[in-house]
Order: sequence, then structure tokens, then C-alpha cells
Amino acid sequence: MTLSAATTRGSMAMPRSLRHLLADRWAAVMLVIVAIYLIIACAAGTGWLAGNWNDRVGPSMAPPSMQHLLGTDRLGRSVLRKMFVGAATSVSVTVIATTITISVGALLGAAAGYFRGWVDHMIVWLYTTVGSVPGLLMMLALAFVLRDASVLGMSLRGVPAVSLAIGATAWVGTCRLIRGEVIKHQQREYIQAATAIGCSRARIIYAHILPNVGHLLIIKASLMSVGFINAEVTLSFLGLGPTDRPSWGTMIDEARMEISQGAWWQMAAAAGAVFILCLAVHVIGDALRDAMDPKVQPRQS
Amino acid sequence: MLVYTIRRLIMCVPTLLGVMLITFVLFRLLPTDIADEMAPRVREQSTREDIRWAFGLDKPMLLNFDAARDGRWTDVFDSQFADHFWGLITFDLGRSWRTHQRVSRMLADGIGPSLSLTIPIFVGLSIASIALGIFAAARRGTRIDRAMLLGCVVAMNVPMLALIVIAQYLFAYEMQWFPTYGYGSPRFVILPVLVGIAAGLGGNVRFYRTVILDEMHHDYVRTGRAKGVSESRLLFGHVLRNAMVPIVTRLVMAIPFLMLGSLLLERFFGIPGVGYMLVEAMSGRDLPVIIAMTYLGAILFVAGNLASDLCYAWVDPRIRLQ
Repeated sequence: MTLSAATTRGSMAMPRSLRHLLADRWAAVMLVIVAIYLIIACAAGTGWLAGNWNDRVGPSMAPPSMQHLLGTDRLGRSVLRKMFVGAATSVSVTVIATTITISVGALLGAAAGYFRGWVDHMIVWLYTTVGSVPGLLMMLALAFVLRDASVLGMSLRGVPAVSLAIGATAWVGTCRLIRGEVIKHQQREYIQAATAIGCSRARIIYAHILPNVGHLLIIKASLMSVGFINAEVTLSFLGLGPTDRPSWGTMIDEARMEISQGAWWQMAAAAGAVFILCLAVHVIGDALRDAMDPKVQPRQS
Repeated sequence: MLVYTIRRLIMCVPTLLGVMLITFVLFRLLPTDIADEMAPRVREQSTREDIRWAFGLDKPMLLNFDAARDGRWTDVFDSQFADHFWGLITFDLGRSWRTHQRVSRMLADGIGPSLSLTIPIFVGLSIASIALGIFAAARRGTRIDRAMLLGCVVAMNVPMLALIVIAQYLFAYEMQWFPTYGYGSPRFVILPVLVGIAAGLGGNVRFYRTVILDEMHHDYVRTGRAKGVSESRLLFGHVLRNAMVPIVTRLVMAIPFLMLGSLLLERFFGIPGVGYMLVEAMSGRDLPVIIAMTYLGAILFVAGNLASDLCYAWVDPRIRLQ
């Protein structure tokens, strides 16, 4: 009886946290919103949707109408199309930066926590050093340098530079978190058992410890992405992002001039797009934390 | 305590050396030629050589073996790498490539305007968000608390850029309550300060509410309630005093960063602070200024950490012995 209960609990862990998430009505709505953003981003990223964003479709700064749903910008381009391409830029930067952050942070953090000794010293020194430069400054400096760098003859300007700059700055938090967790887990009996039956170090780290801290990575990733979306907007606004295609940051920059002539729609479109995506990801992140992290007490409501 | 302070100070050294190394590697990766930056039209090779010589950028990158062979052996350190480290250690940050001013002079000029913006934001934001945090925590679970929490989450996600542009348009351009752009009299900083407070309010209120609520789960609160302490006395006399530790830590950590100013606010409202300087340096490819800012940021961060650790050690003797 106890055995079957234990196995049920083990196999149901993931679906249950998903059920928790879906039971949170708001989180479910936000998941749908993020899904819509992802679909738009994929469609616009491949050029299937709004591939012709640079075309002149109407008069300069035409207000929103049935013909131009979100109006046009100073050059008579459709704001709606630019917003779609901006979604592709934002989503790709966020996805790449999150991938870099999580994989580098988890790998280094696990290595530092497991091996200790000089490996630990080196990695701790590296993340204290990188982490001691304030985040925005570090991102700006990296984006500034990477913008003019190239790898294998390909320029990094645009999405790659911005995502690398964000990823190379943000891995510090993940690394610190995972290192601490791994050190804690190492004292547990199941790791001692694994060592006793002769598992290799790599196997212990990646097959035993990491799966047990994996949920922390998912929570961390979702909460971090909000910051990444904002970072991309800020970097693009300052002219360090993509220059050959729209981004919400450059749209806000352009809209700054238009707004004094009464054309508020490009600003509203870009700011609204950022706001809704951030809000959705934020709510999902909070709900994930409530659902998956046993240490967090469910919100009292 | 003295031993702890010294040990903690020594721990800062490798971090700062690391930052110097990172800035060197990072900015020497850039394919920039100072001659192109300072005199793009000049074709004469001799002039271009002179410019490189004046900034020490004609020296070898890592070690100067040629000089060491001809002169004293210490000349081996007559290189860009050694200059970079020595400059940062002695706070000789060099001259700007654009304005030809000393970078330390530019920083000193910029810190005043930056502080006139960030100190009012810091003070106003801290008071407002701690007060609202206490207010929400005291009414936990009620409709007011939930509405405030929702407001926080919504406010946290409003993009700062949009907030600035809209506030500037509405209150300075349309209503003409405040000047739009510039610096000089206190009137110029009112609107940026208000925008700065509004931008930080959501996250801060939520943080302080959580800190106070965490404290309310402790046993001493139940004991207090059981022996009949009034709710307000419990909150202000017991819970708040215990919650002061994380609150003060957060405040102490934030103080050094006030000197870095606010990049976006200064840029939009034309306040000639340190943040504005950095944006200008980015668009003007003014490397010495960017390096100096990165280094200054790291020093301030290390200083803030040090201060908060020392505060902890001062409050809690157990930490000193570790």
C-alpha cells in the first residue's frame, strides 16, 4: 500500500504541478497569451507573417482604422507588422539568452558544487567577478563590444550580440543557485548510495543531482525571461540591438518623435506588446514557483 | 571584528583584479583604432602614429620584450596590459577620446547631477514602498491587499521606457507642469524623480510586503497575540523591528549605486549625470569612459557588499568567527 502510494507520487509529480498551474485560472490565461506570442514570433521570424513590414502601406502617421489596425508610422509603414517582427526579435533574444543562461549556469554551478577544490574556487571567482559589475552596465559593455565582433566571418550584430550579452551577464545567478543546491544535495543519502555502487562523477552530477534541482531551473528561467525581454528593449532602444529589422525598443525610439505630433499609436503598440508579454511570463513564473517549489507556501488567498 | 574586516577586504582583491582583466580583454577585442576615432579625416601616417603614441596604444599588448632587451628589465612592463592595470589601480582613468578631458574629471562633474536625481528617488521610493508594504501586510488576505498585490504585478511589468515617454509627453509637453528637458534649477528634477519612484514602486512594495509577511509566521507573533498584545503594537513593536535586518541590508546595498545615476532618466530628461555620460560614450565609441564606468560600477558593488557584510558581522558575532 505504502509502496504503491510512493510510486504514484513519484510518477505523478510533473503532471500534478502542471495541474496546479492550470488550476490557477490566471496562469492558464497567460499561458494562452504566451502561446499566441510564440506563434506570431515564429510566423514573423520565418518571414511568413509581416515579411513585407518595410513596405509603405498608407500615408505617413495615419491613425488606427479598419485599414491599418494600429495605424502607420512616419514612413507610412504598418505599425502592426512592425510589432509582429518586434515579437520575433524579442522572443528569439529571450529564448537564446535563457538557453545560454540556464545551460552555462547549470553546468558550471553543478561542477563547482560537486568537485569543490580548485574547480570551485575558479568558478566562484569567475561568477563573483562577472557578478560584481552591475547587470545593466555589463550588458551594455558586452553588447557594445559584441556588436562589432564576428565569428567565422559572420557579424554578430543584432539578435546574436544582444542575446550573448544578456546570457553572458545573467548566468551568474543560476550558477550561484545551482552550486548551493548541489552542495546541499551531496550530503543526502541517495548520493552516498550512488557513490557506493560506483557511479561515475559525471553520472552522479547529471543523472542524479541535476534532475533533482531541475524544477528550480524551470522556475528561474521563467522569472528571468521577464528581465530579458526588458533588457532587449533597453539595449535596442540605445541602438545596440538589431538595426536592420524592427524591435520594440527601436519602435519606442521612433515613437518618441511621433508622439509630440500626436501620433501615439506606435508607442502604444510597442509598449503594450512589451507589457502584456512581460505580465504573462511573470504570472506564469509566479504560478510555476507556487506549483513546483515545495519550499514556497502556496499564496494565501 | 578588525580581523574579519581585514580578511573581508583581502577577499575583494581578486574580484577587482578580475574586473580589470575582463575590461582589458573585452575592449581590446574591439577592432578600434584610436586614430580613426579621433582624427578620421587625417591621412598622414605620422600624425596617426602620434595619436597612438600619445595614448600609449603603440605599445605591445601584453609584455614589452623589445624595451626590456634595450633598457632595464622592468621595461618589460611598458605595455598596454600593464598600463591598463596600473591606471585602474591608481585611479588614473586616462583621457576621453572625445572631449579630451580627464575621465576622473568627467566622473566628478557627473556625480553631482546624478545624485540630485537618485537620492530623492531612493528616499522617496524607500519610504513610500515600506509604508505601502506594511499597509498591505497588515491587511493580508483582504480585498485591499489582493488589489494592491495585483497592482504591484501590473506595475512591475510596465516598461520603464514607455513610462518615461508617456509621463514626459503628458506632464511636461501637454500640461506644461514641468520643464521637458534640461538641468539647472530643482524644477528640472521633479518629473524624473516622480517617474523613477513610479517605476520602482511595484517591485519594492511587493518585496517589503513579503519580508514583513515572512516575519509574521514566527512563533513569537503567536505568543504575543496569545498574551494579548494589540495588533498594531505587534506589527510596529515586534514584527517590524525583526524585519529591519533584511530591509536595512537591501537599503545599504542600494546606496553605492546611487552614484551611477539612472541611464534612461538622465538620457530622456537631459540631466548631465554619469548615466548620460555613459550613453554618450556608447554612441561616440569613447572606450576610456566605458571602461571607467564598468570599473566604477564594480568597485561600488564590491563596496556595497562589503558594507552589508560588515553590518551583518557587527550585528551577529557568530559570522566573525567563521
